[in-house]
Order: sequence, then structure tokens, then C-alpha cells
Amino acid sequence: MAKQIVKMTLNGQQIEQLVDSRTLLVHFLREQMNLTGAHIGCETSHCGACTVDIDGESVKACTHLAVQCDGSDVKTVEGLAEAGALHAVQEAFYEEHGLQCGFCTPGMLMRSYRFLQENPNPTEDEIRLGLSGNLCRCTGYQNIVKAVQSAAIKLQQKESATA
Amino acid sequence: MNAPVKTPEERKADLQGMGDSRLRKEDARFIQGKGQYCDDIKLPGMLHMDIVRSPVAHGRIKRINKEEALAIPGVHAVLTADDLKPLNLHWMPTLAGDVAAVLADEKVHFQMQEVAIVIADDRYIAADAIEAVEVEYEELPVVIDPYAALEPDAPVLREDLQGKTEGAHGPRDHHNHIFTWEAGDKTAADAAFDHAPVTVSQHMHYPRVHPCPLETCGCVASFDPIKGELTTWMTSQAPHVVRTVVSMLSGVPESKVRIISPDIGGGFGNKVGIYPGYVCAIVASIVLGRPVKWSEDRVENISSTAFARDYHMDGHLAATEDGKILGLKVDVIADHGAFDACADPTKFPAGLFHICSGSYDIPAAHCSVKGVYTNKAPGGVAYRCSFRVTEAVYLIERMVDVLAQKLNMDKAEIRRKNFIRKDQFPYNSAFGFEYDSGDYHTALEKVLDAVDYKALRAEQEQKRADPNCPTLMGIGLVTFTEVVGAGPSKTCDILGVGMFDSCEIRIHPTGSAIARMGTITQGQGHQTTYAQIIASELGIPSEVIQVEEGDTSTAPYGLGTYGSRSTPVAGAAIAMAARKIHAKAKKIAAHLLEVSEADLDWEVDRFKVRGNDEQFKTMADIAFAAYQQPPEGLEPGLEAVHYYDPPNFTYPFGIYLCVVDIDKGTGESSIRRFYALDDCGTRINPMIIDGQIHGGLTEGFAVAMGQQMPFDEQGNLLGNTLMDYFLPTAVETPTWETDYTVTPSPHHPIGAKGVAESPHVGSIPTFTSAVVDAFAHLGVTHIDMPHTSYRIWKKLKEEGVQL
Ligand code: FES
Ligand code: FES
Repeated sequence: MAKQIVKMTLNGQQIEQLVDSRTLLVHFLREQMNLTGAHIGCETSHCGACTVDIDGESVKACTHLAVQCDGSDVKTVEGLAEAGALHAVQEAFYEEHGLQCGFCTPGMLMRSYRFLQENPNPTEDEIRLGLSGNLCRCTGYQNIVKAVQSAAIKLQQKESATA
Repeated sequence: MNAPVKTPEERKADLQGMGDSRLRKEDARFIQGKGQYCDDIKLPGMLHMDIVRSPVAHGRIKRINKEEALAIPGVHAVLTADDLKPLNLHWMPTLAGDVAAVLADEKVHFQMQEVAIVIADDRYIAADAIEAVEVEYEELPVVIDPYAALEPDAPVLREDLQGKTEGAHGPRDHHNHIFTWEAGDKTAADAAFDHAPVTVSQHMHYPRVHPCPLETCGCVASFDPIKGELTTWMTSQAPHVVRTVVSMLSGVPESKVRIISPDIGGGFGNKVGIYPGYVCAIVASIVLGRPVKWSEDRVENISSTAFARDYHMDGHLAATEDGKILGLKVDVIADHGAFDACADPTKFPAGLFHICSGSYDIPAAHCSVKGVYTNKAPGGVAYRCSFRVTEAVYLIERMVDVLAQKLNMDKAEIRRKNFIRKDQFPYNSAFGFEYDSGDYHTALEKVLDAVDYKALRAEQEQKRADPNCPTLMGIGLVTFTEVVGAGPSKTCDILGVGMFDSCEIRIHPTGSAIARMGTITQGQGHQTTYAQIIASELGIPSEVIQVEEGDTSTAPYGLGTYGSRSTPVAGAAIAMAARKIHAKAKKIAAHLLEVSEADLDWEVDRFKVRGNDEQFKTMADIAFAAYQQPPEGLEPGLEAVHYYDPPNFTYPFGIYLCVVDIDKGTGESSIRRFYALDDCGTRINPMIIDGQIHGGLTEGFAVAMGQQMPFDEQGNLLGNTLMDYFLPTAVETPTWETDYTVTPSPHHPIGAKGVAESPHVGSIPTFTSAVVDAFAHLGVTHIDMPHTSYRIWKKLKEEGVQL
């Protein structure tokens, strides 16, 4: 299989790796980089468990090739907490009981992280629509919605504190 | 300055014991991507397995050619049934007393059945190689309909059983018949029907559905040829049972088999069984002497691992003219697929289906369930329910609605009239269950008041009268009783092992603790809630209690987590183990305080000398003393093990009400309101209970409104991806309202009954009740699930509903 050199920023670090051209991003992250936060629930872009952030967009890593990320800025759930402090979405999912088995959680968090930048002050319907690419079998979404609402407030407060 | 003395209430709050909505201990790892699920495990030298599956549903294997696959660089082995035969591993026993093929032996019985395995350096090479394995099939006639399977001239599906007239559950009267199981008193039920002024009958199909947890099944098997030890990480809801079976199958002594259930991405019954994939990965690891990983994909998960339901039911009720039920009769044809691989207690091939007399005082009842083979995947597991309780509740709740309609009675009224009254508990049902406790009337009135039932009915009447109203409004009401916590070992066992559960607690010298159980969490939050039980029993803060499960080398033997059995069985084991420690602690306290045990009172976290608040020893003081200066005659240390064999099941109940609006033009439905009152006895962590209920209601919504596994005539499963199989997103999912009453179980040490499955069991008939209610004024008494817009639209057309 043809190998390619791929350079990217992964969770803030510059990396350079040799990958098979057919390797999916999710396998590259999980198996080559040992970042097992992004999970595989379907491999067909339906469940969102593999959601990561690439150049400011939510992307399902199961249907994206690692080589497509050459030159990109990639963030996974492992890169969400900064300097040891949890991100507001992580805190909020914990506080609002927004997870049970935890399998969908990394994808939900990464989608919420991006969604709240796209729409910092969403309504409940907007949150539900914004997260509709991510399936959860355990929570029934009610507490996930609450968590995103709470994270929105946390982020707004942070914003006004630094403004 | 001394710290201010805390009041007992403050100290109690500090413990975060039972009743506290304590945040979850397991979350820290999950929110940082540090959970460890099966597919996250990576061992040095690990190989990958993939499975060649049958494209046909019924056929004879003529030839398998491995050559091309073996020639691919990086492929280590290709194994078929012929390779497993010398090891006698090509067939395996199921939990239901049947056998199932590990790899298809001469014949395939369902589409996507396992035919061969490939072991390769990585998952990509393995995937390439399965494409290169050539299998030639001779197609045989396919049987999809269980009624057709029982025709005299139906094709023989299980040639391996030909001539066997006796199955694991009694006589077989046809080559595709598995068992007929009966409960109740047929003579009494017939007599009730003979004299009844009113009878109703309804046929209904509970469709085949799949639990579809977000994580699929998989394992990493690692056999150490030098030590002869086998360690396997596995997506299993019952690791100890797996260890026993693996030892029996492989001949490796049970002491050298270690099964570890790591973090599990949801189970819902799908991860109870032992699948060919697990067995093959273990065999491959033993044969190759290297670790082997198997991770199935979603299509494999839906097509070949355990389905649920597929019950074709005929219900009959006999009643008086004013709606008092006199008798119940039920006949079921149960489609079990190609192998009988239900995960029920051994003596109950239809699980606890005989809870189908529900919350009602029915004097005479009988049910009969006939299991049938078809060319579909095996299964029949409890999808978030206790062993066929979902089917039972659906049956009785539908039948009571049908009767109410026939008598022109209100749904609430007929239930009030037939409920088992509070003063009748413990109540012996006609099927032989002893219901432990309940107060159905109070719970029903609470719900009807909360939603203003009268106003809803008035609104519905108004809308029905208005030809211009664009919607049909339906009100669903269900008042269910579950039977969970299997179970008493005198009746319940799996492969001969009694369905007890266990707990081991050790208190360390400094007063922190570790507890280990035979269950395994799949999202229920055991690490959080189990600690709360211990905190309340022993006065040790939850925060310093570690809970470990899922590793058979460290945890005491237990039957695992399914059928809402963790709290009723393991929860009880925890309380009983803690009480053993408590009793010993009291002896130590008496010794330290130089008084007799009779002079001590327990208060939150300490033993006090009666009448003297200043003289006390906390559990932490006692723990240290247990290791430092135990009283003479007492063993040092502070730990206990308890195996809890429940005296009875527990009987959680609930009252659910749903309001649905159906668009007359498009058939689209919208759940306007769903009110769920649950009574699970003593509540350990209200936050977690609510979360479990939200999740269960959402799964119930999925089943009722969209999930199905349709097959075509050739046995092709038309819908085995997440594109076709309905898993609701946040957009479709309704908003849930929850409520509760508390009727503790009198026989459970802490009065808890279990909760996680009630919302699934209870909500499904509620949705159907609501959808049917929207059509009730047109004389419709039943509509089969799933209630998709298309199917509702067809019903609208059928009934001539005009926009
Ligand atoms: S694994 Fe990527 S969307 Fe499901
Ligand atoms: S928490 Fe289990 S899938 Fe979402």
C-alpha cells in the first residue's frame, strides 16, 4: 500500500507521520496516534461517535482519510481540556449527567464545542438540530441538551469576564 | 480553634449516601476520552480477525477456497468449521439448551451467518482477505414466517436435530418446533371464558428489533502459551458466565481463564450472549499464540447478534359487562431464528412472559408459548427488559384497552376497577408470581391529576367533532408491573448456576474502602450508586469507596447485569456484606469504648455510647483498630463477602401517559406530552434514575415508532445499517416528564426494586395506546408497530380519514 507523509497540527502539536493512503482518520488517530477518544459506532457517518474538529468544522473521522488532513489543524476530545482545566462543555456534561455509557460522549463533546462557536446563544430546538448528527443510545438527549445550555452560559460568562 | 461540630444531618449529607443525586464517578475518564472500551485495547503482537459471512439465508456449503486469501501478505490464517472440528468447537451450546454453529458446518441457516475467519496483521488486510475467500453455496428454500415454518411440508431447517423428538424444554412435534411452554391453569381459564358475558380477542405482532448499543461487540483474546493462561477482554454483560462457558468449551481450567469486561458502550441485552466471534478469536489466539482482536462493524452487529422480541401473540380477555376481568388466555408463536439462543433463566424458555396478567387482579389465566426455528439470526434476548416482560406488558396493556373499547369504558376507569389493591399485597397471581408490593391506585390518580386527564379528554372530544381539525389526537395510558431481579436460585439458573449475585467489601485501615461485584455497568453508573449504598450502611463517604467490577480474576462470581438485576440482586448483596462489616465494627467499638454492644447506638457514621454524645467511635476509628488492636477472639481486618440469593423477584411499576397528535394529511405523529411516573421502591440516586428513565423512554420511543427488521422472501434483512434502522436523534426525541412514588420492596434489604428497564417496558405500549386512541372513534382497536408516518398514513387512508 502506498505510504504518504502527512503533516498536521494535532491537539496543538505539529506532527509528521507516514500513513497508508487508504487509512481512515479515525483509525489513524486511534491506532497510530493512540488517541482512542474518537469511537467507532457505525463507520458510515451516521452515529457521530467519531466526531473530531478539523480546521474549525465538525468532521466524522470514520469517513475521512488521514491523508486529507495534510496541513490541517485537528482537534480531538483529548485536546479539549487546556492546561489541565476542563473545557466548559466537559464540565457541563459532567454536572448535568449528560452521559451514561460514555461511548457517544467524545463525539458529542466535540460537536458541542464546535456548535457553541457557530451559535453561542442557541435555543433548545437549535441545540437539538445542531447535535442531530450524533446519536446517543443511553441518555435520551434531555440531559445532553441541558448540558449544552449550561455550557453556553459558562462560555458567555467567561467571554464577558475576559472582555 | 476546634472545627465546628457537625450535626448528624450535616454528616449524613457529607457521606453522599442513598438518596443523594451524587454526580458520577465514572465521568471523569469518559469526558476526557480516557474510557477504555474493548476496541481501545492494543497488545504487543496483536493480530486482527474478520469474518466471512453468508450472503444467503439458507444453503449448503459446497466448497470453500482459502488459497487466494492465504496468499495475501499479512494474512496468518483462514479457519473454517473443518478446522474447528478436531477441537470439537464448530458447534457450541447456547444458554437456552440448544446448540449454535460457531462457523457454519456444511449448512448456513441465516444471512450473515459466520462461515470462516481470517486472521491478519491489521484490520485492513483482514478486510481485504475476507473478500478473497471463495465460498460456493447451493441455495435451499428459505423460511421467514414462523407460521409457515410449522406447516407439515416446510423445509427442514435444522438437519442436525432431525429425528430428535425431545428438546431442552420438552417434546418437539415438528421439525421446526423448538418447545411449547405453558403457565397458569388452562381448565380454570377455559371455565372463566365459558361463562363470561363479554369476551374480546386481539392478534398482535411484536416486531423483531435489535438493541443496537452504540458500541458494537468485540473482544481481544490473548493466550499465553507458556503459562497456559487465557485472558480475554470482551464486550460482555456477564463475564463470569462467559468464563465458565469458555472453560467448558476450551478445556482450559477456569482458574486460568480471565474474562475482563472493560468499559462497555451500552448493552441493552445485546451483550449477554456468547457469539461465534468471541469463540473464534479465542481459538485463533490459542492456535497462533498471539493476541487476536475482533471488532464487528455495525452491519454485522444488527444482522447477526442477538435480536429481541418477534412474538406473534393472540390475547383473549373474559369480563363482566361492567368491565371486571374474569380470565386471560394468551397464545404466542415465538420466532427464535436459526438457533435457540435466548438468554433466559434455564427453566423459562419464554422468560418471565407469564407476568402477562399485569397489574390486574385476574382470577384465571393461562398462556402458551411455542418457539419456532426460521432462517433468521438467533437471539430473543431481553432488549432493556427482564426476560420477555416487555412482550407481556405490551400484551396485557393492549388487551385491557381493547376490552375498554368494547365496553365503551374509559381506559383509566377500567384499570382502576381491575387493579390489584394495595391491601392485597403480597399478591399471588394466577400465574404463580408473588407480587411484593404496590400502590397502583395512588400512582394512577397522581398522573391523571398532573396531566389534567379530564381536560385532555374534553379537548379530544372537541377535536373529533371538528371536521376542520388538521390532526387526530390520541391519549395513551399504561399501568404496568414488571418482574425483575432474577432471581431466586430455586427457580432461576443459567447453565445450572443459580442467579445469585455477590459483593466483597474491604475497609482499609485508614477508613477508605474497595468493593467488588459480580455485575458490570454499561452506563448505569454502578461505580457511583453502589458506593452510595455502602456509604449509608457503613458511614464511609462515597467519595473514598472504590467500586470494581467486570474482572473475573478479582470480582466474586456473579451472573452479570441484565434484566434490571443489578440493584435488586447485587444491590442487596452489597447491603448484606456491609451489614456483616457493621456487626463486626460494633464489636470493635464496644471493645474500644469499654462498654457492652447493647449500650451502643449507631448514628450516621459512628457508634455512640447511649446517653453520652461525647463518647463515640467513627467507622474510620474502628477500621484502624481492626488492623491494630482487634479485641481478643476477633480476627483482625475488616472485610466481608456476601452471596445474595434473593427470596423473590421485585415488582417495580409505573403509570405512563402520552398525548400524540397525528397529521391527518401526512400521517406524521408528534408526541405532545409524555408523563412517566415510576415506582422503583427506595431511590438510591435520583439524578441517575431520571437519566435511566430518559434513556429507556427514548429506546421505547424508537421501538414503538420506527424500529423493525424486515426480511424479504429470500431472507435478506432489509435494513441493517443506521441508515435504515431507526435510532432517534435529538430532533425526533420527545421531551420527557418524570415523576415517582415510593413503595419499597418488603423483602429487599434496602427496599429497592430496580428501574432502568421500566421506561422501555412501559413506554412502548403507551405509544401504541396513544396512536390507536387517535383512531378509536373510528372503531380501530389495534395497530401493529412500528408506528412510522407511512404506516399511519396508510391507516388514515384505510379508515377514510379526510383532511
Ligand atoms: S463511526 Fe463515524 S459516524 Fe459512526
Ligand atoms: S452515553 Fe451511551 S451512547 Fe450516549
